[in-house]
Amino acid sequence: MSTPVATRPFAVAGVARAARVRRYGLWLAAAVVLLLLPQSVRTGTAIAVMNQMGIAVIFALSFNMLLGQGGMLSFGHAVYFGLGGFIAAHVLNMAGRGAIYLPVPLLPLVGGLGGLAFAALFGSFSTRRAGTVFSMISLGVAELMAASSLIFDKFFGGEEGITTNRSKAPLLLGLEFTRDRQVYYLIAFWLFVATLAMYAFSRTPVGRMANAVRDNPERAEFVGYSQHRVRFVSFCAAGFFAGIAGGLFAVNYEILTAENMGLNASGAVLLMAYIGGIGAFVGPILGAVVFTFLQSMLSDYTGMWLLYLGILFLATVLFVPMGLAGLLMLHAPVWRARRVGRLLGPYVLTGALGFVAAVGIIGLLEMVHFVAAGRTGTRRLFWLVVAPRTLMPWLGFAALVVAGAVGVRWTGPRAVAAFAEASRPGRP
Amino acid sequence: MFQLIFFSILNGLVYGMLLFMLSSGLTLIFGMMGVLNFAHASFYMLGAYVAFTVGLHLGFWPALVIAPVVVGLLGALVERQGLRRVHRFGHIAELIFTFGVAILVEEIVQLVWGRPAKSYQVPAALDFPLFRVMSSSFPAYKAFMLVVAVAIFAFIFVILTRTRAGLIIQASLTHPQMVAMLGHNVPRVFMIVFGIGSALAALAGVIAGPVLGTFPGMAQVLGSIVFVVVVIGGLGSLSGAFVASLLIGIVQTFAVAMDVSVGGALAAMGVHVNTAGALHDLWRVTIAQVAPILPYVLLVLTLILRPTGLFGTRET
Amino acid sequence: MFRPTSALVFAVVVALLAGLASSATPADPIRIAYIDPLSGPFAATGENGLNQFKYATEALNKGGGVLGRQLEIVPLDNKVSPQESLIQLKKVIGDGIPFVFQGNSSGVAHAISDAVQKHNERDAGNRVLYLNYSAVDPALTNEKCHFWHFRFDAHADMKMAALTDVIAANKSVKKMYIIGQDYSFGKAVAEGAVSMLGKKRPDIQIVGNELHPIGKVKDFSPYVQKIVASGADAVITGNWGADMIALAKAANDGGLKVPFYTYYAASDGVTAAIGAAGIDRIRLVHESHPGNPNPPKALSDYLTGYRKLHPQNDVNQPRIHTGLNMLAQAIKRAGTTDVDKVAAALEGAEFTNLSGDQLVMRREDHQLQMPVYISVHTNKNIKHDLDASGFGLALEQKIEREKATQPTTCKMQRPS
Repeated sequence: MSTPVATRPFAVAGVARAARVRRYGLWLAAAVVLLLLPQSVRTGTAIAVMNQMGIAVIFALSFNMLLGQGGMLSFGHAVYFGLGGFIAAHVLNMAGRGAIYLPVPLLPLVGGLGGLAFAALFGSFSTRRAGTVFSMISLGVAELMAASSLIFDKFFGGEEGITTNRSKAPLLLGLEFTRDRQVYYLIAFWLFVATLAMYAFSRTPVGRMANAVRDNPERAEFVGYSQHRVRFVSFCAAGFFAGIAGGLFAVNYEILTAENMGLNASGAVLLMAYIGGIGAFVGPILGAVVFTFLQSMLSDYTGMWLLYLGILFLATVLFVPMGLAGLLMLHAPVWRARRVGRLLGPYVLTGALGFVAAVGIIGLLEMVHFVAAGRTGTRRLFWLVVAPRTLMPWLGFAALVVAGAVGVRWTGPRAVAAFAEASRPGRP
Repeated sequence: MFQLIFFSILNGLVYGMLLFMLSSGLTLIFGMMGVLNFAHASFYMLGAYVAFTVGLHLGFWPALVIAPVVVGLLGALVERQGLRRVHRFGHIAELIFTFGVAILVEEIVQLVWGRPAKSYQVPAALDFPLFRVMSSSFPAYKAFMLVVAVAIFAFIFVILTRTRAGLIIQASLTHPQMVAMLGHNVPRVFMIVFGIGSALAALAGVIAGPVLGTFPGMAQVLGSIVFVVVVIGGLGSLSGAFVASLLIGIVQTFAVAMDVSVGGALAAMGVHVNTAGALHDLWRVTIAQVAPILPYVLLVLTLILRPTGLFGTRET
Repeated sequence: MFRPTSALVFAVVVALLAGLASSATPADPIRIAYIDPLSGPFAATGENGLNQFKYATEALNKGGGVLGRQLEIVPLDNKVSPQESLIQLKKVIGDGIPFVFQGNSSGVAHAISDAVQKHNERDAGNRVLYLNYSAVDPALTNEKCHFWHFRFDAHADMKMAALTDVIAANKSVKKMYIIGQDYSFGKAVAEGAVSMLGKKRPDIQIVGNELHPIGKVKDFSPYVQKIVASGADAVITGNWGADMIALAKAANDGGLKVPFYTYYAASDGVTAAIGAAGIDRIRLVHESHPGNPNPPKALSDYLTGYRKLHPQNDVNQPRIHTGLNMLAQAIKRAGTTDVDKVAAALEGAEFTNLSGDQLVMRREDHQLQMPVYISVHTNKNIKHDLDASGFGLALEQKIEREKATQPTTCKMQRPS
């Protein structure tokens, strides 16, 4: 962005200006959407889920600073989320007692600084090497911190964790945070600021060097950059933003437990980033939104939601290894060539058939679950009431699977061919 | 005191050997294919469950053979149909794949066998105390576990160092391209190693199920500790995994037996700390309470001081 | 676009499914949230609890429901995590569900109780009532008590008082070992045991007081060796779930033959896993008649009816029946589902449970006052076994309500 535009030929400058307008327009549109989103929903549940998503998005983006941009696979990124959150919770408690002056809106910054401090501490030795050594140290640190929660009882509150109360802190500009809706705007504000900052970081020389070190550390060293130093800076920045997410968690849920730092939390953020696509900046955003939605909604409908999540991971890795964002980006040339219309038909057909097969599979699995649990009688599945102890629904759902699968086998290759045809460069 | 030390050593050996059975397969897979196989402990769990079911019909001894074979074939299938396809998308894709498999296995186990723990018991032929020392007894079954583990170690060691197949495997560990150029089918070697690794994990499950319990969370409980063993021992190093398993088994068992607080232990070594300071929680805690985190302390220290692990020759 | 064959198959399928379909239309039920583990390692406990809630609800609904409305249990999975529980609680509040039942883990209970109190103080128009059927950390009805929390299980100290009475009467016990999970409940058990044994039998020596991480220990043999080495002749443990199974197995393997005094060594797979090793050795303190021998008829019918529906599971928490029925009674008395009015109606409410005991919800701290039972693990004279294993619990001793009661430090604040 800082390249001197004036030295370029006039036409190029014009293109650059247009790109810039488009880019600023995108950010502006994002801000407007964030502001208007709560107006579009009625229930408190939707607000609660959106708050959860906002926090997850910041966390996933910070994780991708390591994995996507720096090539560092961390199994312990939740450590910085959690520690930032714990520090924020303690500071909020102090503010509530009147020991210090700190209004709630600034609390995420405290969390961020906490995350940064610990990232600097652990990063100092873990970023010396990349690859498996880095990953394994992060695993060890994650387990250590999770287990330390039982030792440092005062700080981590043992198994119960630390609770706090956001309505006891002093007010800033009269802003109250008692309802979830009010907290939403705080999360939205920090989400916007943090995303902008992380995007800007990826454009700085340090951010660019992180890519270089990821792809070819030796070469980066020859150019005069210490790969350890570059990784360390990325690591600290990622810790900082994870801490901000942790601080927001403290404000939203008013509790932090050892679980926030655990391996499961670290694994979840890896999955979010991967499902969304680690190759694009927007990937983790998509991934965090989809993952959070599934995680919080699926479990209300079925006791086997983890099974579906597992199938989703496998399907992603096998069929969409570039992630959701990668899949979308693949279609950018088609979009630019204005040929999306041609894909609509095959895609909708394949999608519909896939949906039919999925309904069949889900129906069968749910009935297996029903019978395996030793239950009798009927249960609701989708729009139907079925009796899994009779033969008919089994035949029905099995037929759906067969019909859908046969159909997809037939239309799938056609959709792929249509895509290949549409994305071929040249005049339509 | 003698009694406590004696049984702590024995229990440490049993636990360590169990870890070795799990990590022997993992270290080969890890060292050879570079795959962080998060599903490894899932095959351990499957082994226990399959053996439980087979045991209901045919008894324990046939199950001891059938379960590892079944699970080993399943492992080979997972490698052939899943992992191999994912391979070209890189290590992270492989890792997510094994992650998915781990979740899937845990859920399928709950679907097939139900959620409560299974009553998988020690076979009657081995259900007696082998010997007594003062008031404690040592069950014959644990001695059996030790024997099986040692036999496996000897078996793999001989295969790897004395047979042609073993030499190919060893060569594939370090120079996969070279081995392929010599005309060997490296993907098939990978599949076989993955299958054997899964079978070994299943065998561990078969013999650990009656002692440590057979329940849907049994894979998760052992999930990350096996990685610790493999890394401390050195990636791809069988002897390293052996030593690291015993080390961790014995360290953890002895730590549990010690009721001294961390501060007290330091004081005994001549280091006096201010027990009232900010870290007073740390000094107050007993060694027994920190026992479960000791492996991870070892892991981090090993990686900082010797990134290749105890017996390893390379870092990644 | 279809091939003719697949189109035909599809059409047949649609016709089949349409034929199967029928619709059920529930009319504006009273919704009750159930937040407990329904996936993950503790799902067995949570799912069995949910089935017991459904079983108790069905009986109420058959009798016409409450205020002419049916009751509906809304299950929400919390994976025994305080954090997930709060996420689910936010959904409960967002959906306007007024009542929440939860029981597994005192850690979760503290998180929910605290969040409910904060929410109710901030948002008076949309309050929720927390009905705790199983989390027994005494603090919840002492220093952490509040108006919107009610407990339907005897808390750890009430149970410990009963347990220590039994131990005190057993003159052969001279050295006691206490082992438990490292969290609020495990600590409460340990503290209660030390202080009460100290008063009742100062001659008993506490030879070990150990806390281990919850759900993380793979092999309990080292702990068992320590117990053996300490020369203990009895053990107290609050362990539950997988930690209880593993401890019992290791004790058996290590030749530790001393009596175990426990809180949760039964059902959900524990009884089956312990099997013959625990006969006459494992004792349990709980809030209901164990069903053997000579169970009260109401209880016996209830247990039999449940077994018919769920052949592998047991009614291991009759307090679920108690809690749900006391809530229904209170709603009836209040004539509304308004949370404050229902809570007021619950205060001081009386109820006769399946064991035939007269229970009172104490106004001062919202702790249900009830007798406490001590039972032993056995396979002799078992009419109602557990885990369909042939093993079960037989009643040894009943401590009456007046004796089981404990003082409280709660200073209840009521909304004006």
